[in-house]
Amino acid sequence: MNAEKKNNLSGEGKANGQGEGMPRRTVLKALAGLPVAGVLGFEILKKKNYDINKRSSVVKELGLDSIDFPMSDYGTKKHSGDLIRVGIIGFGTRAVQLASALGFKHPDEVKSSQQNNTLAAWLEQEYLNVAITGICDVFDMHAEKGLATAANEIRPGGKDAPKLPVKRYRTYREMLDDKEIDAVIIATPDHHHARFATEAARAGKHVYCEKSPALHEDELNELYATVKSSNVVYQLGHQITQSIVFQQAKEVIKRNLLGKITLVETTSNRNTASGAWIRHLDANGNLKPGSEDTIDWKEWLGTAPYVPFSIDRYYSWTKWFDYDHGMIGQLFTHEFDAVNQLLHIGIPKSASSSGGIYYWKDNRDMPDSLHCVFEYPQHDLTLLYSGNLASSRGRGRVFMGHDASMELGNNAIITADRNSTRYADAIKSGIIETGSPMISFNPEAGQIDAVTSASEKYYASRGLTTTTINGRRVDVTHLHLREWLSCIRNGGTPSANIEMAFQEGITCIMAHKSYIEKRTVEWDEVNRKIV
Amino acid sequence: MKNTYSNLQLTALVLLRFLVGWHILYEGVAKLLNPDWTSAGFLSQSKWILSGFADWVTSNSGVLAAADFLNTWGLIAIGLGLLLGLFSRVAAVAGAALVFVYYLNSPPLVGIEYTLPMEGSNLVVNKTLIEAGALCVLALFPTSKIFGLDAFWAGRNKKSK
Repeated sequence: MNAEKKNNLSGEGKANGQGEGMPRRTVLKALAGLPVAGVLGFEILKKKNYDINKRSSVVKELGLDSIDFPMSDYGTKKHSGDLIRVGIIGFGTRAVQLASALGFKHPDEVKSSQQNNTLAAWLEQEYLNVAITGICDVFDMHAEKGLATAANEIRPGGKDAPKLPVKRYRTYREMLDDKEIDAVIIATPDHHHARFATEAARAGKHVYCEKSPALHEDELNELYATVKSSNVVYQLGHQITQSIVFQQAKEVIKRNLLGKITLVETTSNRNTASGAWIRHLDANGNLKPGSEDTIDWKEWLGTAPYVPFSIDRYYSWTKWFDYDHGMIGQLFTHEFDAVNQLLHIGIPKSASSSGGIYYWKDNRDMPDSLHCVFEYPQHDLTLLYSGNLASSRGRGRVFMGHDASMELGNNAIITADRNSTRYADAIKSGIIETGSPMISFNPEAGQIDAVTSASEKYYASRGLTTTTINGRRVDVTHLHLREWLSCIRNGGTPSANIEMAFQEGITCIMAHKSYIEKRTVEWDEVNRKIV
Repeated sequence: MKNTYSNLQLTALVLLRFLVGWHILYEGVAKLLNPDWTSAGFLSQSKWILSGFADWVTSNSGVLAAADFLNTWGLIAIGLGLLLGLFSRVAAVAGAALVFVYYLNSPPLVGIEYTLPMEGSNLVVNKTLIEAGALCVLALFPTSKIFGLDAFWAGRNKKSK
């Protein structure tokens, strides 16, 4: 290689003998990156404009350009009003989650969340100005866990949070008689729900009750009448509608983006022993703790028919119709609530269920494959439910309209229908594609994503138990409790109020009755009676 | 420095520097322009030796925000350094380290499976690792004192000697 053609790295050679300043050639070479950076800048602007135009053309086409999602006041307001003293009835697995959502964790749980690095986020949870002052459980071990949870001082609100003594109650009646309790959370097996909630309302305690609201038509009617004639705030434990994505889905329905909806398909898809409510064994296959010495069996049975003590029944109660409605009560309730919150369809004209015990052939009453059809001729709509406990293939929750369909998980994905009337022109001109989602609501972002990327599509299909508000991940159960407490303090009606609970209760009782009696049951709107 | 490049070698190296610089700068700018971007999605997919670290970052909102900020501006600084030839060697070394960390979070090793679709077919080596390698080459074969703003530094240093 020719020596003159070599380039000296330090740039010395060229500069040599050219006087004080750098030669123009050297300066120009040194600035070689600038035009490249300029081209990149130009391309970035071009891309930005293209994206904005594409997004706005889809968004405009759908009339979404003027959507305003209310900014949540979460975490911005200081708690107001008086401290609310809460009693928890039934301190099992669900109550542990509810207590955590209220701002109380057992010391052991604090330790384990410290180990998996979730403690800091939990401590940032909004302080709700509540104290758990009562625990009622018929099982000593659960009651003691509850007492330790309520008394733990490591919690949101920190050291300033009031430290009130926590009392154990042997029966729910003792707790309801106590003037020191303002509100109760009912997290017992389902056969107690209606009775406890009714008596709590009579005693003037506000009620947060886990689903399902009631097992029998008469007790549901009594609950409804009692709550309606009282001043207590009743909230049913359906937290999923607190997700920000539900507000977005509401907007989609309100703007009629899907066209006329004639079919809603809901499903449950599980494939584990625990998911099929076999819960009386620990990880090693040994019986879980508990005996007649530590569990008040008579109190646990309550009004249910007498059977001898059974650890299987105590932990896996869902399997028997004496204590709940199986998948209808445990899983369909959430589906119904999701659909009813969005479409306000209420009680169906008819319900028809079928299914059987096809996989988990143990001592259970409840079917592990169950399918219910609810007809709403008044809304020109069919609601389908299909639950299966022996396959976890996700089948989603889909609202099917003439112009588009919406799959609603913890993300809403809206896909235009290829035979849509409304979008025909936009589909023809290529603004809207029917092969991929037209828009999706990303709960992480809280904004409409009209140019859905591959990774977004993937995340869209996943479920979450938290939602994101103002950039913070928040437990939806916490939000649901927060709404209940806010209604107690400031008035107002919570989202899963007694009307919604009544509609849901009747619908579930209809579906269950249909399965048991092997016939289509109907709702007599005039006499407000199942026939 | 005694090493000298032929014109062709120099052109190829400068071109490589521009290509990698362009890519990294745009990665940074794209994150800056997207207000909803966060590394949480990428980190939640982290497998292999850095998954514990990734969990720690994602589970702590303060740390995550800091990681996002440093990542975005780090990419922009490294990209600009490479494109303009300013502190180019520092940029190349930092870039190689950063890109290698990306690789370590999701290496295409046998037995590690990802739920997110990957770009192309990879086995052990992927484009991220190649980019880290290219940055090592750029760090060892600098060109910014000829085609880059580092030339002004070189000139000034020489004058002050």
